[in-house]
Amino acid sequence: MNYIWVFLILISIITGAINGKLDAVVLAMLESSKKAVEICLGLIGVMAFWLGIMKIAKEAGIIEKFAKLLNPIMKKIFNEVEDNSPAISDIALNFSANAFGLANASTPFGIKAMEELQKENKNDKETATNSMCTLLAMNTAGFQLIPSSVLAILVAQGSKNPTEIILPAFIVTSITFICAIFISKGLERFFK
Amino acid sequence: MIKILNFISICILPLLISTILIWAIVKKIPSYEIFTEGAKEGFTTAIKIIPYIVAIMVAIGMLRASGAIDILGELLKVPLNYFKIPTDVLPLMVTRSLSGGATLGIFSDIVNANGADSYASKLSAVIVGSSETTFYVLAVYFGAIGVKRFRHAILTGLLADLLGIILAVIICRFMFL
Repeated sequence: MNYIWVFLILISIITGAINGKLDAVVLAMLESSKKAVEICLGLIGVMAFWLGIMKIAKEAGIIEKFAKLLNPIMKKIFNEVEDNSPAISDIALNFSANAFGLANASTPFGIKAMEELQKENKNDKETATNSMCTLLAMNTAGFQLIPSSVLAILVAQGSKNPTEIILPAFIVTSITFICAIFISKGLERFFK
Repeated sequence: MIKILNFISICILPLLISTILIWAIVKKIPSYEIFTEGAKEGFTTAIKIIPYIVAIMVAIGMLRASGAIDILGELLKVPLNYFKIPTDVLPLMVTRSLSGGATLGIFSDIVNANGADSYASKLSAVIVGSSETTFYVLAVYFGAIGVKRFRHAILTGLLADLLGIILAVIICRFMFL
C-alpha cells in the first residue's frame, strides 16, 4: 500500500506537469482532504443509527437464533469437521454477525472457529486445511444483508434514493458467496 | 420488472428494522438504551476511518485532476464502452481486493465527483457493498492461527471478487441504465 500511495501522488504531479494542469492538481489536493473529512463526519449519523439497531438485534438474540437455523447447512458445507465440533456453531455465528453487518462481532467468532479447526488439524499446523480455506472464502466473499457504510456515504452525499442499491448488492453478494464456497471446494484438490 | 425490484430494495430496510424492533419488544429488551449504546460505536467507526479516507481521496483526487485517469480511460475505451463501465470506477475495481480503507476512499471520491445519483456511483456502491477486502480477511484469520501456507485461499478470494465485479456490472446495467 505504501508504494501504491506514493506512486499515485507522484504520477499525478508528473502527469499534471506534462498536461499543464499542475494548478488543478494542487487545488484537488487541498479540496479532496477537506471533502474527505466532511464525508466521514456525514457518515456518523447513519453509522450510529445502524449500529444502534444492530445492537438491539444482538441483545434480543436474533443473531443467535439465525445462527442456530444455519447449523445444519454449515455442517453440510464443512463435512470434514468432526461431529459435535464447536467450530460449526462458531462458523454459523461468524456468518450471522457478518450478514447483519456487525464486523466487530463477527471477527472474534471467525477467529475462534479457525482455532477450533486448527485443533482438529492433524497435519502441518502451518498449512491451511480444506475447512479453513472454505471458512476464509465465506468471509472474503463478505455476505451482508445491508451494505451500511456504502449507504451512509451515499446519504452523506445527498443521494435521492440511496436504498435502490440494496437489492442489486444483495443479489451480487449472495451469488458470489455461494460460488466462493464451490470455488474453494473445487480448487482444494489441486493445492496440496 | 425494474419497478418491482426497486420497490423490493426500498422495502428491505423498513422490514428488517420493524422485525428487529418487534422482536425486541417480545423479548422485553430495553431497546432505547441499547440503541444509544450501539450508536456510540458508530461515532468511533466513522472517526477511525478519517485518516484512511483523507489519504486515498487526496491521491485519487490529484490523479483525476492531473488527467491520468482520462488517459487510462482513453487506453481502455473500447472494453469500457462495450460494458458501459464509467472510467472512474476502474481504480475501485483494482483496489477492491487489496484495501478496505482505499476502496471506501475511492468510492467517496467517485460519489463526490459524479454525484450520488449517477450511474458511476450506483455501480461502485454495488461493487463495494457486495464484497470484502480479501487480503485483509486473509491476514486477520490466518494470522491469528499461525497458518503460513494459504493453498487455494487467495485464488478463491480473488476469483470471487472478480465474479462479484462482473455480476455487479451486469445487474447494474439491467437495473440502472
